[in-house]
Amino acid sequence: MSAIQSPPSRVWWKQPLDRLEGTWIILSLIWCLTMFFMMPYWHVFGKQNLANESYRTTPEAYARKAQEMVDKFTVRKETEQQIPVVRPPEGSDVYLIARLWQWWPLLELEEGKSYRLHLMSMDWLHGFSLQPENINVQVHPGYDHVLTVTPNRAGTYSIICNEYCGINHHTMSSKLYVVKK
Amino acid sequence: MALNRMFRTCPTTGLKFHEPAEALMKANAVAAVVSLLVGGVLALLVLLTRWPAVHLLPADWFYLVLTGHGVDMLVFWIIFFEMAVLYFCSSTLLNCRLATPKMAWAGFGLMVIGALMNNFAVFKGDSSVMFTSYAPMGAHPTFYLGLILFAVGALIGCFVFLGTLVVGKAEGTYNGSIPLVTFGALTACIIAVFTIAAGAIILIPTFLWSIGLVDHIDSLMYRTVFWAFGHSSQQINVSAHVAVWYAIAAIVFGAKPLSEKVSRFAFFLYILFLQLASAHHLLADPGLTSNWKIFNTSYAMYLAVLASMVHGLTVPGAIEVAQREKGFTKGLFEWLRKAPWGNPVFSGMFMSLIGFGFLGGISGVVLGTEQLNLIMHNTLYVPGHFHATVVVGTTLAFMSLTYFLIPVLFRRELMFPRLAQWQPYLFGLGMSAFALFMMGAGTLGVPRRHWDMTMAGNLMPHEWPGTAYLMVGLFAISGLVAVVGGAAYLLITVGSVFFGKCIETPGYQRVRIAEGRAAPAPAQPVAAAMTGHGNAGVGGMVAPGTFTLAMVLLVSFVLYYFVNWKYLSQVWPLR
Repeated sequence: MSAIQSPPSRVWWKQPLDRLEGTWIILSLIWCLTMFFMMPYWHVFGKQNLANESYRTTPEAYARKAQEMVDKFTVRKETEQQIPVVRPPEGSDVYLIARLWQWWPLLELEEGKSYRLHLMSMDWLHGFSLQPENINVQVHPGYDHVLTVTPNRAGTYSIICNEYCGINHHTMSSKLYVVKK
Repeated sequence: MALNRMFRTCPTTGLKFHEPAEALMKANAVAAVVSLLVGGVLALLVLLTRWPAVHLLPADWFYLVLTGHGVDMLVFWIIFFEMAVLYFCSSTLLNCRLATPKMAWAGFGLMVIGALMNNFAVFKGDSSVMFTSYAPMGAHPTFYLGLILFAVGALIGCFVFLGTLVVGKAEGTYNGSIPLVTFGALTACIIAVFTIAAGAIILIPTFLWSIGLVDHIDSLMYRTVFWAFGHSSQQINVSAHVAVWYAIAAIVFGAKPLSEKVSRFAFFLYILFLQLASAHHLLADPGLTSNWKIFNTSYAMYLAVLASMVHGLTVPGAIEVAQREKGFTKGLFEWLRKAPWGNPVFSGMFMSLIGFGFLGGISGVVLGTEQLNLIMHNTLYVPGHFHATVVVGTTLAFMSLTYFLIPVLFRRELMFPRLAQWQPYLFGLGMSAFALFMMGAGTLGVPRRHWDMTMAGNLMPHEWPGTAYLMVGLFAISGLVAVVGGAAYLLITVGSVFFGKCIETPGYQRVRIAEGRAAPAPAQPVAAAMTGHGNAGVGGMVAPGTFTLAMVLLVSFVLYYFVNWKYLSQVWPLR
C-alpha cells in the first residue's frame, strides 16, 4: 500500500507515532515557538522596530507641512533642479514626499540625533529604500507614516524607490546626508 | 443523459483512466506547457535586461515583459497544471468517473479565454502593472477581466474535483479513506476555493474601478486583500507539490507514508494556518500595528511552518524506509546513494524537496519575520525567495511528474531520454543557484522590479558595491543555465507528446465499467496496519538518514535566522 492508494486499514489514525516523527515534531515546535517569541522580544529589547504611528491625511495637507519645513530650514540648493537641502533641528518633524518619480526635498541630518521622519506618497505606491543601510519601508498615498530614526554613522546615503511605480520607476533616486556635529 | 463510463487501464502502472478525465488532463497539461513556453521566453528577456552586462530591452518593454512573465508563470502555467493534477488525484487515483465532464470543459474554456484576454492586455502595452497590479496604478480593464474569467474557470474545476470525490464515495470505487495524495489535492482544492473568493473580493472592485464605476480604491485595503489571494495561491502550490512529492515517492519506490495520521494532519495545518504568509507582505506597511503583524504572521506558533517541516521529514523518510526494505541498509545514506538518480521523475522531485526546504523555506520564514523584513522588503531577496519556492519547489516537482505522465497519460515514449536525464539537474541546480545569488543581491539592497541598477542618467544615482554587481552577474548566468533546462523540458515534452513513438499495447481497448469498480480490494485487518514499519532502521529510528538530513536543515535554519538578527542590529535605530 502506498500514498496513492487508500490506507490499508480503516482506522489508520490509531497507528502509534514513530520515534522519528515524534522527535522531529517536538524539535520543530520548539523552534517555531522560539521564532514567535523573538518578535515580541525585539520590541522590548531590540532597537530596530518599525513604527506603529501613522495618520490618514491628504496629499495637499501633507505637501503643505513639507513646504513649511522647507521654508524654515533650507540651508542650500542642489543639482540643476535646485532641490532644497533641509537641515531640520533635532527631534523635529521631517517630511519626505514621494511622488512620480522623485523624493523631495533633500535631507541633512546630524549623526546620533533622533528625528521624526514622515513618509507619504502623493500618488501611487512607492518604496523607501535607504542604501547602503538597507532599511526598506512601503510608502502609501494617504497614510502619513512617522518613523523615529537615529542615524548612527555620518556619510552620504541614497534613497531609492523599490516599489514599482511606472515607466520611470528606476529614475526615482535621491540622497540623504548625515553629518557630524 | 447517458454517463460515459469508459475506462482504460494503463498496462504498466495499472492506473485506470476515465475517458473524459483523460482528455481534460491532457488539455490542461498542454495549456500549462504553452503558458510555460510564453513565460519562459519572457523570463529570458527579463534576465538579459537585468544583467547590466547585456541590458537588452528598453524600460517600457522590460516592465511589460516582467508583468507577462509573472502572470503567465505564477498563474497560468501553475494553475493549468494543477487542474490536471486535481483530475488525476480524484478520477484516476480513486478509479472513479469524473463528475460533470461538460462543466469541466466549460471551466477549461473560461480559463483559456481569461488567459488569452489577460495576455492580450499585457502585450497591448497599457497594462504593465506587474502581477500584483497595486492600485492606484491602473491597468486596462481586460487585464482584470481576464484574471476574473480565469479564476471562475479554475473555481469550476475545483468543484468538479469535489464532485468527483462525492461520486467515488457514492459508487464505492475505493475502500475507507481517500489516498494521502488525494487528501493533499483536496487540501489544495479547499485553499483554492478560499483563494479565488479573496481574489474576487479584490479584483471585481478593481475591475469596476478601471471602467469608472467605482471612484476610489484604497492602496492599503488593496494590498491587504490582494495578498489574501496572492499568497494563498502559493499555499495551493505548496499543497499540490507536496502531494506530488508523496505521489512520486509512491510511484518510484512504492513508498508508503510513515504515518497517515502525521502526514494528513500536516496537510490539515495548511488549511488552518493558511493566512500566515499573506500577512508577510504587509510587514513594512503603515496603518497596521505590530500586534496585528506579529500575530497574523505566526498565530503565535508558526504551525504552517511546522507542517512543511513535517512533510520535509516524512517524504524522504518514506523513501528511506522503502529503500531499506529493499536491502539498501548500509550506513546512514546508502538508500540515498543507490536511489535512481538517472530517473528524472525521482531526481527532479528530490531536488525540488531539498531546494524548497533549504532555500525557499528558510528564506521565507526569515523574510516573514516582522523586524527582519525591514532589511529585505522589496529587494531582490523577495524574488530570490519565491523562485526557490515556486520554481525549484512547484515547477520542478510538476516537471518530474510530467516524465511519469508522458508514457502513462499520453501513451508516448519519451523522446531524447539522455537529455531528459540531465534536464532536472540543469533546471534544478541552475534555478537554485539563481535564487541563492538573487537573495545575495537582495541582502546588499538591490531592488526588485528595477530596469537599470546602474541608474545611468539619474539625477542622483546610487553606486552599488562591486559585490552587488557580482551577485547580479552570477544570478544571470545561473538563470541562463535554468533557461536552457526549461527549454530542454519544453523540447522533450512537446516532442514526445506530438512526435513521440506511440506506446501500443496488444488488445488495448477502453472498457465499460459498470456501477462502481469491479471489486474493491478487501480491507486489511486492523492488526496488520498497526505493526508499522517492521524492524527497519537504526537506533530506534526507522529513517536515521532522513533524520540526519532534517537536523542539518534545522541547524542551518537556526544559524541563518540569527545571522539576520545580527545584521538587523547593526542598522540605524528605529522606533
